[in-house]
Amino acid sequence: MWVLMLPALVPVALFSVGPLLYGIGLAFTDARNARDHETSFVGLENLVQLLADDDFWSSFRIGMIWGVSVTVLQFLAALGLALLLNQDLRLRNVARVLAVVPWAMPPVVIGLMWKLVYHPDAGILNGLLGTDVNWLADFSLALPAIIVVGVWTGMPQTTVVLLAGLQGIPRELYEAGEVDGACRWRRFWSITLPQLRPVIVAITSLDFVWNVNQFGLVYVLTQGGPGGRTRLPMLFAYEEAFRYRYAGYASMLGLAMAVVVLAVLGLCLWRQMRETAR
Amino acid sequence: MRRAPQYLALAAYIAFLAFPLAWLLSTALKTPQEMAQTDPTWIPRAPTAANFADAFGEQDLVGAATRSLVVALMSSVVTVVIALPAAYAMARHRGLLNRVAIGWVLVSQVFPVILIIIPLFVILRDLELVNTLTGLVLVHVTFTLPFALWMLQGYVRAVPRELEEAAAVDGASRLRSIGAVVAPLLAPGVVATLLFAFISSWNEFLFALVVLRDPGVMTLPLTLARFVGPEGVARLGPLAAASLMATIPSLVFFAIIQRRLKSGLMAGAMKG
Repeated sequence: MWVLMLPALVPVALFSVGPLLYGIGLAFTDARNARDHETSFVGLENLVQLLADDDFWSSFRIGMIWGVSVTVLQFLAALGLALLLNQDLRLRNVARVLAVVPWAMPPVVIGLMWKLVYHPDAGILNGLLGTDVNWLADFSLALPAIIVVGVWTGMPQTTVVLLAGLQGIPRELYEAGEVDGACRWRRFWSITLPQLRPVIVAITSLDFVWNVNQFGLVYVLTQGGPGGRTRLPMLFAYEEAFRYRYAGYASMLGLAMAVVVLAVLGLCLWRQMRETAR
Repeated sequence: MRRAPQYLALAAYIAFLAFPLAWLLSTALKTPQEMAQTDPTWIPRAPTAANFADAFGEQDLVGAATRSLVVALMSSVVTVVIALPAAYAMARHRGLLNRVAIGWVLVSQVFPVILIIIPLFVILRDLELVNTLTGLVLVHVTFTLPFALWMLQGYVRAVPRELEEAAAVDGASRLRSIGAVVAPLLAPGVVATLLFAFISSWNEFLFALVVLRDPGVMTLPLTLARFVGPEGVARLGPLAAASLMATIPSLVFFAIIQRRLKSGLMAGAMKG
C-alpha cells in the first residue's frame, strides 16, 4: 500500500512540507533572495528588528482591522442571507445562484470588477452616490472600500455552510418551541444559535485564517496603497521577500503571523470546547 | 404582507450581490468612446460586442489564456493520476497516514503561503524551473494534492467494499475487480476532482506571481492584473470582456457541482 501512496507523498514532502520547515528555518537567518549571498544564522535578530519596525506594526494593525471586520461582517451578512434562504420565499432560487457566483470567480477577476465599480471616472459608485471620490486612492476610504470587497467575496462560502447547518437543525425543536409559545426572536436565540454554534465556530475560524492570509484580491485592488494604507501583512511580506529580497526577514514576518493566527484560533477553539463541555 | 420585510431584505442582498456583476457586464459592452465620457450609465448607449473581439486580438491575453489552459490541464491530470492510487490506499486501509494527510490539509490552510513560497522559490531557482510552466505545474500539483486526495478517498469510501469482495469471490484478480467494479462507480468522483484541480490552477494567483517573473510566460490572472496598471479608460472595455471570459470555466464547474456543494462536499470539507 505504501507503494500506492509514494507518488503522492513525494511531491508534497518535497515542495510543501520541506519548504515549510525550510521557511521556518530561514526566519532565523539573514537569507536574501540573491545568488551571491552567504547566509548565516542570526538567531532572533529578525524578530527584534520586526518588533521595532513601524512599517510592520502599521501593516499588522491594518491586517487585524481587515481580518476582524471582514470576518465579522461576512458572518453577520451570511447568517442573514442563510436565514432568508432557509425560508419559503419567492426569488429564493435567484438569490441562491447569485450567492455562489462570487465563490466561482477568480480572485483577480473579482478585484478587477470592483476596480471598475470604484473607478473615479468610469465607475458606477460615484454616479450612484452623487460623489466625486477616488475610492481606492483615498487615505481614509481605501481600507473600508476593500473591506466591502472582502465581505462580498467571502460571504457566499459562509452562507452555504451556515445554510447547511440550518437545514441540519431538527424540526421538532422548533415545534416544541412553538408549543411553549416562544416568539420568533426567542426561538432564534434559544434554538437556532445554540444549535448552529459548532458550525459558526468552524466557519468563522476558517474565514479569519483565510482573510488574514488574503493576498491576490488586495494586490489587484490597491497593491497595498495608497501610502501603505491597505498593505496587509502578506503584501508586506511579499514586498520584503521579492522586491527588497530580504528572504529571512520576510520569513520571520510570515512565521509571526502564523503564530498570531494560531493563537487566536486556539483561544476560540479552546473556549468553544470549554463551553460544550459544560 | 407579513413577509414584506423579508422580501425587502432578500432584494437588498440580491442587489448587493448582483450590482458589481452587472457593472462588469455593462462595461464589457461599452464602446471606447462611451468609456471616455463622464457620467457613466448602467445601460450602454450603443452596446457592442467589439470588446470581446478586441480581447481576442490582444496577443498577450490569448497567449496567457493558452498558457493557463495548458497549466490547468497538466496540473489537474497529474494531480488525479498521482492521487488516485493513494486515495484508494487511504480509503481501504485507514491508519496513521490518513490522519497525517488530513492534518496536513489543515496545517496548509493555517500557515501563510508566504512562508512556503520563499524557500520554494529558492528550490525552483536551483532546479532552473523559475519562469517555466513546468515549475508552476509542479507547484500547483503539490498544493492541490492534499485536498484532492481527501476528496477522492471520500469517493472511494462510498464504493462498498462488498462489491469488490464479490468480484474476488467470482474469481477476479484484485486489479480486475478494481477495473471492472470500482472504476465505473468512481468515475463521477474522478471528474469532480479533475474539475476542482483544474479550477484551482486556473484561478491561482500568488504562486504564479512568484514563479513566473517574465511577462512572456505569464498566466491569465497575472496578465489581467498587469492590464490594469496606469492605463487609460479606453482599455477597460476589453479588460472587462476578458475578465468575463476568464470566469466561464469556474462558473461551469460550479454549475456542475452545485448540488454536491450543498450536501456532501462541503459537509466533508468542514470536517476536514
